[in-house]
Amino acid sequence: MSRSLAIVIAGSVLVAGVAWSLATLLTGGTEDYRERFASESAPASEAGSSAAGQPSSPSSSQAPSPQTATAAPSTEPPPRSAIPDNQFGDLVRQGERIFNDTGQYADAYAGNDLSCQNCHFDGGRYNKTAPLRSAWPMYPAYRGKNQHVNDYAERLQGCFIYSMNGKAPPRDGEVIQALQAYSFWLAKGMPTGEEPEYRGFPNVAEPPEPPSFGRGETVFQANCALCHGENGQGQKAADDSMGFPPLWGEGSYNWGAGMHRVNTAAAFIKAAMPLGKPDLTDQQAWDVALFINSHERPQDPRFNGSVQETGERFHQHQGQYGKTVDGRVLGENAPPSGTVP
Amino acid sequence: MARLPVIVVLCLLFPSAYAQQNTANTAPPAAQSCVACHGAQGQGTGSYPHLAGLGEAYFKRQLDAFASGERVNAIMKPIASGLSEEQRQALAGYFSALAMQPGGGQAGEAPTGPGRELALHGRWQQDLPACVQCHGPGGLGIGADFPPIAGQPAGYLRNQLKAWRSGDRPAGPQGLMGHIAEQLDADDLKAVAEYFASLPAAKEANNE
Repeated sequence: MSRSLAIVIAGSVLVAGVAWSLATLLTGGTEDYRERFASESAPASEAGSSAAGQPSSPSSSQAPSPQTATAAPSTEPPPRSAIPDNQFGDLVRQGERIFNDTGQYADAYAGNDLSCQNCHFDGGRYNKTAPLRSAWPMYPAYRGKNQHVNDYAERLQGCFIYSMNGKAPPRDGEVIQALQAYSFWLAKGMPTGEEPEYRGFPNVAEPPEPPSFGRGETVFQANCALCHGENGQGQKAADDSMGFPPLWGEGSYNWGAGMHRVNTAAAFIKAAMPLGKPDLTDQQAWDVALFINSHERPQDPRFNGSVQETGERFHQHQGQYGKTVDGRVLGENAPPSGTVP
Repeated sequence: MARLPVIVVLCLLFPSAYAQQNTANTAPPAAQSCVACHGAQGQGTGSYPHLAGLGEAYFKRQLDAFASGERVNAIMKPIASGLSEEQRQALAGYFSALAMQPGGGQAGEAPTGPGRELALHGRWQQDLPACVQCHGPGGLGIGADFPPIAGQPAGYLRNQLKAWRSGDRPAGPQGLMGHIAEQLDADDLKAVAEYFASLPAAKEANNE
């Protein structure tokens, strides 16, 4: 009795295994994938506009492999408790640790007081803050920022250079490998190369009036200073870890980070701030985004000695780099970029 | 013998240090009405919460809210109402300067399960942040406005969440806690209260 049961189970496992390998083969190796998507450009802003085309409902008709038949297209990443207890699982968990406490677990590459999860909530799971599961299946992709096709590893390196004001971890080192494993894990069931429903930050409507620094300051003091401090310096927790992240100054993202763009910050703020109670109007989100991003922060790593030239070359977008605020040119007094311990 | 003149000289050189040391350890007279329930060092007793190490501004706000009746509490209302403005301020200064000792509070084995999940990861499907995002790693607090909650009695923590839901406690800065508590159900309140009650209230060896 139990023997026949064992045979049936073994048989099913074998069939599933063969089907899985077949499906993997059919969905194409890297070569196919590159060809299919290299021509598509990345969305206009890193994390800002979720670009044209609201999600045409992810096509579920695309013959999913047997193992993911019930999960694809998944509406949520797999739960933390499902991370397997093996070497792969260890790497995933290491990726999660790096993501949530970057300064501690990737200290050789993190140059400021931020962690990945400061902008990508819930360990990169939250749909409204550029979830990892939507990024993973969309690379390699062309990026206007560096004008070539980036694979996922290079994209992650960019986060370290700009948002983390650090330096790029080697692509075959533990940090990048762990973050890739973590992203891959979260992206289980996501269709490769299809524009996901949630990507980047949700679009925020253009403000009724042009963003204003003065109004932004009022919004900031009323809604942001409680946690981020009156001078945007952030706040440390009782255990001396960074409790609330700094929004400008040497401990924050640098002038090359996507978040320094007013439109990107406005989209993030509108979707996610204040934490747990995001209730600002579109206008308030734009105003306070302008205010926050009109303060000095670490230099653009591509700085060539001249703010004007760096601005002309790399800042043709909605940002304040090189603009004069309060009689000072932003970027002229920037703390250094790429400061790692 | 030769130490005395040195100390005198040092105190003359650093009068502020001298003053601080002197006042920090002296309980204001009004503290007598606190220690019976909250412990001689503000360390809490039984189901009464500890006061040691709560932020000064936070502490003062609570006394004011007890006195005005905004924070509804039958025991604290008459006590707080009987204190002058100066006395409330003095108590806030005194208890905020005391520290919880390691092993203080109600520490026990932290339960796993939904309370821990909510505490450490929140419930973002409902746009709910993790408790520790504002109350700090280990629930030890962040700055003046986000008090430590680790090691407080479970019943106390649960009652606060209930009070926010029923409007018996002001919703706090920017209405944050009122908004959060509204989205929790009875099971959540219980689970998350038990989780934080089990954590050590002192700073040592607690960094989950």
